[in-house]
Amino acid sequence: MEHYTMHLTLKVWRQKNADSKGRFETYEVKDISSEMSFLEMFDVLNERLIREGKEPIAFDHDCREGICGTCSMYINGRPHGPWHATTTCQLHMRAFRNGDTIVVEPWRAKAFPVIKDLIVNRNAFDRIIQAGGYISVNTGNAVDGNAIPIKKENADKAFAAAACIGCGACVAACKNSSALLFVSAKVAHLALLPQGEPERKTRVVSMIEQMDKEGFGSCTFTQACEAVCPKEISITNISRLKKEYLRAGLESDR
Amino acid sequence: MYEKITAENPYEVPMRIYPAVHYTMGGLWVDYELMSNIKGLFVLGEANFSDHGANRLGASALMQGLADGYFVIPYTIGNYLADEIKNPLVPSNHEAFDEAERKVSDRIDQLMSIKGSRPVESFHKSLGRIMWNKCGMARNAQGLQEAIKEVRELKEEFWKDVRIPGEINEMNPELDKAQRVADFIELGELMCIDALHRNESAGGHFRDEYQTPDGEALRRDDEFMYVAAWEYISEHQWQLHKEELRYEEVKPTQRSYK
Repeated sequence: MEHYTMHLTLKVWRQKNADSKGRFETYEVKDISSEMSFLEMFDVLNERLIREGKEPIAFDHDCREGICGTCSMYINGRPHGPWHATTTCQLHMRAFRNGDTIVVEPWRAKAFPVIKDLIVNRNAFDRIIQAGGYISVNTGNAVDGNAIPIKKENADKAFAAAACIGCGACVAACKNSSALLFVSAKVAHLALLPQGEPERKTRVVSMIEQMDKEGFGSCTFTQACEAVCPKEISITNISRLKKEYLRAGLESDR
Repeated sequence: MYEKITAENPYEVPMRIYPAVHYTMGGLWVDYELMSNIKGLFVLGEANFSDHGANRLGASALMQGLADGYFVIPYTIGNYLADEIKNPLVPSNHEAFDEAERKVSDRIDQLMSIKGSRPVESFHKSLGRIMWNKCGMARNAQGLQEAIKEVRELKEEFWKDVRIPGEINEMNPELDKAQRVADFIELGELMCIDALHRNESAGGHFRDEYQTPDGEALRRDDEFMYVAAWEYISEHQWQLHKEELRYEEVKPTQRSYK
């Protein structure tokens, strides 16, 4: 792949904290290598800003391997930027051309208030997980791997749902700020496996209750979430969640 | 993932492979109950020195996390608390809390008051360069002695010239990073001291001076068959505690990939 450098114009959302008003600031960055990741480009800009005595841009990041779900930026109108099935940290600068203008914003949703610049508070997701995203079975001694046979089809579907890293791109992309793709991935993952059986009837109800309490919007099935999900979580999980919800309503002891 | 990073399809073009730092071996000393030398402070998973520190092979971090979390800690914490149950809760206005808080806020105040010229990131990179070049996959006594000197100089410069923008009582990722890099500098110095002290090659530690004629690691079990646990004494001072390794069933042999 041919290597090139570029000059770019960045329009970045700056906001001191949740209480203050934010605005776009424009930055020119020079000699950006096409081999850099998007976050490395921000590292370069931040180092320059600090040397100039200015406040660096605050952004979330951790593993930079696409598995922790921490990095979250709305890049040119799309969560995680232009590449399909890619987190911001795995997005590389060869996605852009010399002279491009790139607009970067935080996730925008009532349930994800801005903490600073591009960092939003995603504790709402943690509280949804606390409401039901767990299993109560005692781990005890290790059981033989194949003691409980699981259909290959179910194992595959559960695994695909478990790939969700909880980044919140689904919420950011949704015009209703709905968290249903996230919740459905967690519900489907556990409902498909025997370990999830004990809470099967209560889990889905508790998680949906918590989701509504947090102020996420309703799902109108626009499928924007699936289109932008870096882990390609399928909206068929939402169908499964609805089935689970109905079942819980019919069978629940509550 | 490889294709996203390199823009090359590994099915069509040979993969470009190069070494990089992935993990740091070792960790905090613990006993068999996973309790550190601070009473009541337990250390789990790859943060401790036991299995993961001894053996940095694929997935051993995950395995140790599972083993410690599932099979050890549920019993040893209970065992520890059983003796504590009669003791009333220690109130958070105890002087130890005040002292700990004071220490942390003093360090934060000190970092923020430096107001130097170099960003934290540049110190992190400098440290990385020293460690990579002189305490990397192959090290030797001369390089390690130089590295210790360079890390100490870097430490001095860090505490004189680091620039941390922003304020204390707000979300401040630079302050967070500065605290980590300050710790990394200290750990880097200790790693060099340890590598210099261990006059043999073993596992991830390869000393140029200690190799077999065909370039394999040359262990010196008669002198170095122990775990090195370093206790912090004061600035630039650590005390070595040796924990003997006894192999009763399996006898260690020369590792060879040939």
